[in-house]
Amino acid sequence: MSDLLYSEVEEDLRASVRDLLADQAGFSAVLARTESAEPYDLKLWRTLAADLGLAGLAVPESLGGQGASYREVAVVLEELGRSVAPVPFLGSAVLATAALQAAGDEELLPRLAGGELIGALAVPLTLAPDAGFPGGVEANTEGALSGTIRTVADAPVADVLIVPAAGPDGPGLYAVEKTAATITEVVSLDLTRRLADVTLDNASSRLLAGPDRAAAAVRRALLAGAGLLASEQVGLAQWCLDETVAYLKQRYQFGRPVGSFQALKHRLADLYLEIVSARATARYAADALANDIEDVPVAVAVAASTCSAVALHAAEETVQLHGGIGMTWEHPAHLYLKRAKSDELALGTPGRHRAALAGLVNLPPA
Amino acid sequence: MSTLTADDLRARVADLLAAHPPQSTDRLEFLRARFDAGLAWVHYPQGLGGLDAPRELQNVVEAELAEAGAPDNNPRRIGIGLGMAAPTILRFGTDEQKKRYLRPLWTGEEVWCQLFSEPGAGSDLAALGTRAVRDGDEWVVTGQKVWTSVAHIARFAILVTRTDPDVPKHQGMTYFICDMTDPGVEVRPLRQLTGEAEFNEVFLSGVRIPDANRLGAVGEGWKVAQTTLMNERVAIGGNAIPREGGLIGMVARTWRDRPELRTPELHDRLLKLWVQAEAARLAGQRLRQQLAVGAPGPEGSAMKLAFANLQQALTGLEIELSGEDGLRYDDWTLRRPEKVDMLGRGPGYRYLRAKGNSIEGGTSEVLRNIISERVLGLPSEPRVDKDVAWKDLPR
Repeated sequence: MSDLLYSEVEEDLRASVRDLLADQAGFSAVLARTESAEPYDLKLWRTLAADLGLAGLAVPESLGGQGASYREVAVVLEELGRSVAPVPFLGSAVLATAALQAAGDEELLPRLAGGELIGALAVPLTLAPDAGFPGGVEANTEGALSGTIRTVADAPVADVLIVPAAGPDGPGLYAVEKTAATITEVVSLDLTRRLADVTLDNASSRLLAGPDRAAAAVRRALLAGAGLLASEQVGLAQWCLDETVAYLKQRYQFGRPVGSFQALKHRLADLYLEIVSARATARYAADALANDIEDVPVAVAVAASTCSAVALHAAEETVQLHGGIGMTWEHPAHLYLKRAKSDELALGTPGRHRAALAGLVNLPPA
Repeated sequence: MSTLTADDLRARVADLLAAHPPQSTDRLEFLRARFDAGLAWVHYPQGLGGLDAPRELQNVVEAELAEAGAPDNNPRRIGIGLGMAAPTILRFGTDEQKKRYLRPLWTGEEVWCQLFSEPGAGSDLAALGTRAVRDGDEWVVTGQKVWTSVAHIARFAILVTRTDPDVPKHQGMTYFICDMTDPGVEVRPLRQLTGEAEFNEVFLSGVRIPDANRLGAVGEGWKVAQTTLMNERVAIGGNAIPREGGLIGMVARTWRDRPELRTPELHDRLLKLWVQAEAARLAGQRLRQQLAVGAPGPEGSAMKLAFANLQQALTGLEIELSGEDGLRYDDWTLRRPEKVDMLGRGPGYRYLRAKGNSIEGGTSEVLRNIISERVLGLPSEPRVDKDVAWKDLPR
């Protein structure tokens, strides 16, 4: 049976990540970065990735990782969601790393796992796990890649791109150095997650996986991404609830704390219930991915559709229940709203995951 | 009320157009002449831009002038003056005040803003703490206001202050006209989550306001403010819109133009919102018909609530419907627009801006209380603040 609780080790990990983020990714620092020339805190990234070893948590020690599992990665993501930390964790430590691992690569993987290099999986961030092998890039017989991929997460800071492309013999997964690609950063709705369009024009590459495992590697990376993003969403939702509860206790209107109004209390109680469910689905997805059980696609579809909606609802309630202050640039609420809305689209919308689920559990459409 | 008919007004418009042909008359000169002819707001008194005519005859004037290509007074830019300051001045102002302020207000020569909300007094406006202390013929005002539209271009403001902290909060308030160019008035842009600074914070530090600029009696500020706020709700009620007017039309067009984005689930949600938008449109039409026959119903609050829900659901769907583009934003640059432009920006802006629809001009929570208590007659929650001196209220 799946273990849906947090282990002592996981709680210790959470505490150390939370301490670090509280110290180095406080809200005003994060907001200031969004308006600076360097929106990502790469010093913080190095501390997380290399010093704490979080970039390769789920990678075996023999390949430069920590030999833990996706359960621990999920806990890190909860904390990153809680602080909307501006680091390329999802793109590099989750999507690119999972693709390399599934492709059986042993050259790049240790360097990503050790935090030496930043990677990005060159697919649109909206791509759902069941979408099929992405088109748009072609490889010629010499392995030179051409094509464009829009809206790639964390590509602006990536040293290496992991690119799915149609090769001469079928689908392939290729590694491209950033210098061989044109990476054009786009204005992101989520101020704390950077996106870029990637253009390849006869870019030299190295083949990571051929037709036998490229498609499975991409699908595995997207399943891991969608399943673990649910934990980021849970962390985000929990911050929203905690922050809103604290605010409604100290904000007075009509001579009493706003939180004493029953209509608002009930809304927050409902939100708490949603987060209880969301956390259970996210834990199940993380555990299923960690143990690679047969139910992974169902676990991911359930978690992704549940947690997207809960995080968005939590963030929208946070803005609303803070009243005018929640609409301001100075208050953190908007960074969470923008992350939550973007996460709703990332790696498949809730509707898309429900549609995938319909096939998996034999509930065909009308 | 006079016995003017639509034909009388058409004749007066024809006289105005003959004396001041719009094509060869300076814009401001035309607007002043229109005001002086009583064709600014026909239901206002003679000499104050009106003719004591029935309010609905204004439509006749507007139609005739629009057809002649006459300039308008840019009503969206001066909406606060027209919708809130003017009716308040008309009802509570002295003759001198009406003569001094109404004409340049209507022509747009002087823009007005509204200094009501405060950081600690949003939904609970009557809790406001900006102090006005009498000093001879003047009042000395100190405090902070927030969410003030157009303060950075405004010449005057309507201002509510606390003049007696020792009585319960609804008493002890006094209402003034504040000259925004006076020493001690400082306007700072307030940036919103959209990136824009559509509003301002206004800091009042020892601003001296002559007693002659008071509107209504000392301590009667809440009563005066109620007049302003009732007119705000009417102003928000809006105009007749065609089917698929507003955001639903934009989302429907995206659906028609981009078949590759379609899924059964999005289709179902779009259709539900289309029906909701059409129902809201018809309810608005019905509300206006009620107003026209002089029987304003209580549906106004419900309409604003429904509007906010609809805008938020629609803009949220629009982003989902945008696929990859939904992850992008058009521009985070700090700007200071004079009016909200929901249709001129991208889906991300619309989504974020619509979050304000359930907060500004009465939050959806406050509107639900109004509906449940004043419309449905449900008992109100216990009021702990009713008989307590303002200075003793917890905050």
